[in-house]
Amino acid sequence: MKFESKRGAEKAELQLTSMIDVIFLLLIFFVMTFKIAAQEGDFSVKMPIGGAGPSDSPNIPIKLRLRANEAGELADMIVNDSLSFGNDWTKLRAFILERTGGNAPPSPDEGPEVEIDLDYNLRYENVIRAVTAVTGQRQGDEVKRLVERIKFAPPRKP
Amino acid sequence: MRIRKTFDTKMAEGDLTAMIDMVFQLIIFFMVLINFSQDDQNDKIKLPSSELAKPPDAPLTFPIVLHVAPNAVIYMGTNVTSVETIAPLLRTEIQLLASRNQTPKDANIIIRGDQSTPGGIVQDLIKKCQELGFEKFALRVREEQNF
Repeated sequence: MKFESKRGAEKAELQLTSMIDVIFLLLIFFVMTFKIAAQEGDFSVKMPIGGAGPSDSPNIPIKLRLRANEAGELADMIVNDSLSFGNDWTKLRAFILERTGGNAPPSPDEGPEVEIDLDYNLRYENVIRAVTAVTGQRQGDEVKRLVERIKFAPPRKP
Repeated sequence: MRIRKTFDTKMAEGDLTAMIDMVFQLIIFFMVLINFSQDDQNDKIKLPSSELAKPPDAPLTFPIVLHVAPNAVIYMGTNVTSVETIAPLLRTEIQLLASRNQTPKDANIIIRGDQSTPGGIVQDLIKKCQELGFEKFALRVREEQNF
């Protein structure tokens, strides 16, 4: 047996105007406050007060001296007071690879340590380049760590 | 003579379903990506880049963000200071740490240095923090864009 619907064929109408107003306000708010920021990362440096000892401490296996010109750009890199790499970061990385055998340290507190000794006026971006060259290398999407222990020598006041 | 309206008085109804769907999708997109925390950002600082920059796996414990501008000005929250005058601000942080049964050794100093800042200023800042007992530092860099 077929029941006929007694309801009329009229559609129930919703009042959408106010909702759309609010939604558009929200959309404008989010668009205006949206800020595209580049992804950021950290280099961890653990330096207790006694850690930044004098540059000639015998316990430091790798000493990296960064010399700057008058403009604050990198003039020369000297490793262990003997090897000069100019401003060629690939040579520095090759040295670190050779020194570490391309192996990651077993834990963040182990493995070789690098002490960075820089001229006072050296631009900070060069310091970060040195830290990057020493810390590891990127292999595709993976980052291979070579040195975890980095510290700074006492500042060389001009 | 009275002229009769010949058109229908019914309102023209547009189908709003697709538009509302799209607008909701946009709102969800912006809501997910929005970042209200401005304490670790500073427009005056242009971070150096590094190919090894990767966001930390876990949030750092008790982070203290210091922005180092090229003219040796240091921004710490809303305070504008310098290496010579930052100690009282850091001591306030140490008191806050003590109230949570923590020491400066537990805190992480995040240094956001401008790429043209003299490296010696950053060294001075690290030394000053060390004198107050801080041990853990994070040098913040931005991801290198290779395109």
